[in-house]
Amino acid sequence: MSEAIILPTRKDEAWRYSNTDALSGMDLGTFDQWHDIDVAEGETFRDTIVIADEGDAVSDATELRRLRINVRKNATCEIFGVIASGRLGRVEMVVLVEEGGHFEFGGVTLGGRDTTREFVTRIAHDHPNATSNQVVRGVHWGQGTGNFLGRIDVARDAQKVDAKQDFKGLLLEKGASVNSVPQLEIYADDVKCAHGATVGQLDEQARYYMAARGLPPETARKLLVRAFLGDAFVALEDEEESERLMDVALGKLDKHL
Amino acid sequence: MLEIKNLHAEIDGKQILNGLSLSVNAGEVHAIMGPNGAGKSTLAYVLGGRPGYEVTGGSVTFAGEDLLDLDPHERAAAGLFLGFQYPVEIPGVSNVQFLREALNAQRQAREEEPLSGGEFLKHAKEQAALLKLDMEMLKRQVNVGFSGGEKKRAEMVQMGILDPKLAVLDETDSGLDIDALKTVGNGINAIMRKPDKGVLLITHYQRLLDYVKPDFVHILSQGRIVKTGDADLSQRLEAEGYDAVMAEAA
Repeated sequence: MSEAIILPTRKDEAWRYSNTDALSGMDLGTFDQWHDIDVAEGETFRDTIVIADEGDAVSDATELRRLRINVRKNATCEIFGVIASGRLGRVEMVVLVEEGGHFEFGGVTLGGRDTTREFVTRIAHDHPNATSNQVVRGVHWGQGTGNFLGRIDVARDAQKVDAKQDFKGLLLEKGASVNSVPQLEIYADDVKCAHGATVGQLDEQARYYMAARGLPPETARKLLVRAFLGDAFVALEDEEESERLMDVALGKLDKHL
Repeated sequence: MLEIKNLHAEIDGKQILNGLSLSVNAGEVHAIMGPNGAGKSTLAYVLGGRPGYEVTGGSVTFAGEDLLDLDPHERAAAGLFLGFQYPVEIPGVSNVQFLREALNAQRQAREEEPLSGGEFLKHAKEQAALLKLDMEMLKRQVNVGFSGGEKKRAEMVQMGILDPKLAVLDETDSGLDIDALKTVGNGINAIMRKPDKGVLLITHYQRLLDYVKPDFVHILSQGRIVKTGDADLSQRLEAEGYDAVMAEAA
């Protein structure tokens, strides 16, 4: 049995933009439920995470998922996810990448009202010649918040590591917000670490151009949002699975705009 | 087909169109020429319903409907096509996807059956061939990485695919080399030179009019039409310049 669990507050770095009020009343055992993924040497593993409403129901339940991932030597692990429900929907990943391994992550957050949806990742590059790539897109409206907190630690001996993270937020309405916190701690000298973050609105010129060709505003918006989110699933080679995730995301957009 | 009466319009409180009147009948090609700042592009955008362009007086009737009462996408579905001077890039959206959605949205608004993927591709291929645009270009993202000339040809392929009643073409000739100009001119003729269609060609220069012979040429100055003539007028403009021809009109 674990020690007593103290609920996190917004003073905790990893919860800074979260909605910790949404944690009260939660089953504290959830904090102890780590889902372990161990990808054996040379193997490739892929998983998808979907936190979304079932049918027409709108779930306000808080959803917290914690993954502990070990990517062994020359192995590849790919995780793709959509967070589109819950007053707070949060996915945390702690990833260890061994020599020659690759970790790929594509995530999408969507939400309106006063919801918070977030990915929090921590990648430990303790070994050389390993790579990681993270692409996160957030589309929010109403008073919705989307967050991506991505920490990358590159240890002193982890030379030739190539770690990338890229976040883009799209705000459909005034009042919505996104936060991106890239946190890179690099102790090796021969590594590549790139991070980028931008926030914007839908391109008004593109919207007018599309209208001028006969697309109603909601169809134009859907096409633009689909194009925006598409980046997160570029690395997902299974087209059917990619479409499924996109449908979940765009379905959310349909319901709440 | 298109009846513009005493149209007044402004942008950011600045009056640009000052009582412009013009009618285009089915089967006619009209050219609108005029110096920089005369209001040519403003006319195109007002007809296309671009946000920020405010109509302060007058009326526009298109195919029996009050055009100014329609949203931009409704104008397209009613049969109006606006050819952009600067076609917009849409990263992440392919031409095929964009145009199929657009055509089917228009067809739905007109209570017509949507085209299937196969039917659409066949139709798109024919139009692309007409404008000598490689079909591969249509599989790429809308206007992304296209040269100026490719954008204008793609614009005309869009027109061919959407098959409008009236095309308002805003400086479609700008950025085209001589061969492309000929291709685009022939494309406009093939798509729009029909008894049930009309064209409003907005241009600075005579050169496109060598390929698309206008039935009427109008000179726009300070937001209104100051002179109307036949195709000879555009040639006189080219030879003598706006000042000389307009001085005569005054």
